[in-house]
Amino acid sequence: MRSAKRKLIFVLITSALWGCAEMGGRMAAKSSSGIPLGSTGPHAVQPLPDKPRFGQPMSEADLAAWNIDIRTPDGRGLPPGQGSVAEGRKVYEAKCVACHGADAKGGPMYGTMVGGIGSFTTNTRVLTPGSMYPYAPILFDYIRRAMPLDRPQTLSADEVYAVSAYLLNLNGLVSADAIMDATRLARVQMPNRNGFLLDDRPDTRAQRCMTSCK
Amino acid sequence: MARISSRRDFLRKTAALTGGAVAASAGAAPLSVPPSAQEPGRPIPEAMYGMPSKYEAHVARRRSDVLKNRQNWSDWSMTPLQHQPGIITPNGLVFERHHAGTPDIDPAKHRLAIHGMVKQPLAFAMDDLVRYPSVSRFHFHECSGNGLTDWLKPASSTVQQTHGLLSGVLWTGVPAATLLEEAGIDPRGRWALFEGADAAAHARSIPMEKVLDDAIIAYAMNGERLRPENGYPVRLVLPGWEGNTSVKWLRRIKVSDEPWHLRSETARYTDPMPEGKWRQFSMVMECKSVITSPSGGQQLKGPGFYEITGLAWSGAGRIRAVDVSVDGGRNWREAMVEEPIMDKCLTRFKVGWDWNGAPAVLMSRALDSTGYVQPAVQEIQKARAIAGFVQHHNGIQPWSVNAKGEVRNAIGQA
Repeated sequence: MRSAKRKLIFVLITSALWGCAEMGGRMAAKSSSGIPLGSTGPHAVQPLPDKPRFGQPMSEADLAAWNIDIRTPDGRGLPPGQGSVAEGRKVYEAKCVACHGADAKGGPMYGTMVGGIGSFTTNTRVLTPGSMYPYAPILFDYIRRAMPLDRPQTLSADEVYAVSAYLLNLNGLVSADAIMDATRLARVQMPNRNGFLLDDRPDTRAQRCMTSCK
Repeated sequence: MARISSRRDFLRKTAALTGGAVAASAGAAPLSVPPSAQEPGRPIPEAMYGMPSKYEAHVARRRSDVLKNRQNWSDWSMTPLQHQPGIITPNGLVFERHHAGTPDIDPAKHRLAIHGMVKQPLAFAMDDLVRYPSVSRFHFHECSGNGLTDWLKPASSTVQQTHGLLSGVLWTGVPAATLLEEAGIDPRGRWALFEGADAAAHARSIPMEKVLDDAIIAYAMNGERLRPENGYPVRLVLPGWEGNTSVKWLRRIKVSDEPWHLRSETARYTDPMPEGKWRQFSMVMECKSVITSPSGGQQLKGPGFYEITGLAWSGAGRIRAVDVSVDGGRNWREAMVEEPIMDKCLTRFKVGWDWNGAPAVLMSRALDSTGYVQPAVQEIQKARAIAGFVQHHNGIQPWSVNAKGEVRNAIGQA
């Protein structure tokens, strides 16, 4: 019963918060962070006197090998270790150059990872880690989880810091003698840091005209 | 053109027009007894997973022939909507979008972990997940990049290429809320990270309100276990939200107080806006429709009756109405919307059309239960920067018909 009650309370609270979902005939349900949610419940669920519990308890320590995410604005989750631009160049040339090309300017499979800063106000936006990432720890998070394509999640923390340093240097965002670690990477100021707006749709006001509309 | 107000009217009109067309044609050839009736067919084998007729081999997924990737791991394949009747996409035709290929995951070894800001981190085995009370719900599934090659001028020729990152699926699984409540969500836990077990470890930050509202930890689609390319053995399904947020091959849920701002939600899956800005966390797929027949690449057989039919859907609710124009958007009439009409689900519309043989431009325009009207691209352009390959294209799709009956993509030309 406890869980059914909790569900009811949740529905009541959400109804109160999102009760105006059709305000002005517009999608108005938003999360507490201001994210539009689309249509929301309540939804039919089976009423159960006691909830089954099949999850096996485990510790955060047992999850360490999977716990790879970095909260990128403040770098929370960045591991110990460090790497230099020069070391990063070596790792890049051994494990990345085949797809991304010399000096990360684009290769047989992917486009450039260098440049584009300042291009967003033109008609040709060039998306690279330098131009696009609002926070430098995104480099660490993404390289570690997904790169290299043929052997992801195999680079050491030092290697990931080094490749991050190298790419930041190629984009002119850190000096050639820079060394990246958890503290320094989170401190790098990225040019697109303030480039994002929260979803504010619907942003169109089309009318339902039926005759002689054009 | 008269508004078609009910199914009965529609059927009557259809019957009348069809009868007229048959009576006017030259007459059918005499019928002979077919070989299929004069010899036994194939016997039932001991074990068989049924396949479509060999004559239906053209009904298949296809990769984009416009935006050609130079590798096949971070790529996509598209649903042949022009061949899909109804609102359900067969599992072998559900579109794909992978970031590092399709893994083959042994369900006996797979685990789903929930941790972070919870009272007790938990691990779930697949045979545990299927023991929970389940839900089955019909929803559309659409990639945020659907239509990104065709904003201002035609690049694609068929509806498979313009709109084929769209499928209709009956998902079955456990409400995510059930599992998260078991782990015990910290009251400060306003976001959850969902992460895949694929080689991209694709991950997204999702607001807790959405997770607790209708997120499904799904292990089945359309009456069978997930296909490998659609997330086997288990995936997240976020009804009405852009496809990539429904993380496939789900291995981990982590609760936190703030979002992660990963590459997949900053450098990708964001929308260019005026003055060099980017819109972030735009996850609802807004109201949209498209005519699937007649559609690009098809050939009309001469003047006469045609059923104009297509699909409409909205991530913000149910479809309230669909209007169809055959004169490039000058005049519209309301189409029949076929039941069932479900929340955040593909909805089929139909309207009869007596083609007089003159050039025509066909369009559809959907309205959802919030009152939102599907916009033309020009409307979207007033608010956003349409520069390059842009996500979240829910603009009206025109198909032109010339005097020869050839149907072509007319985006930006009507």
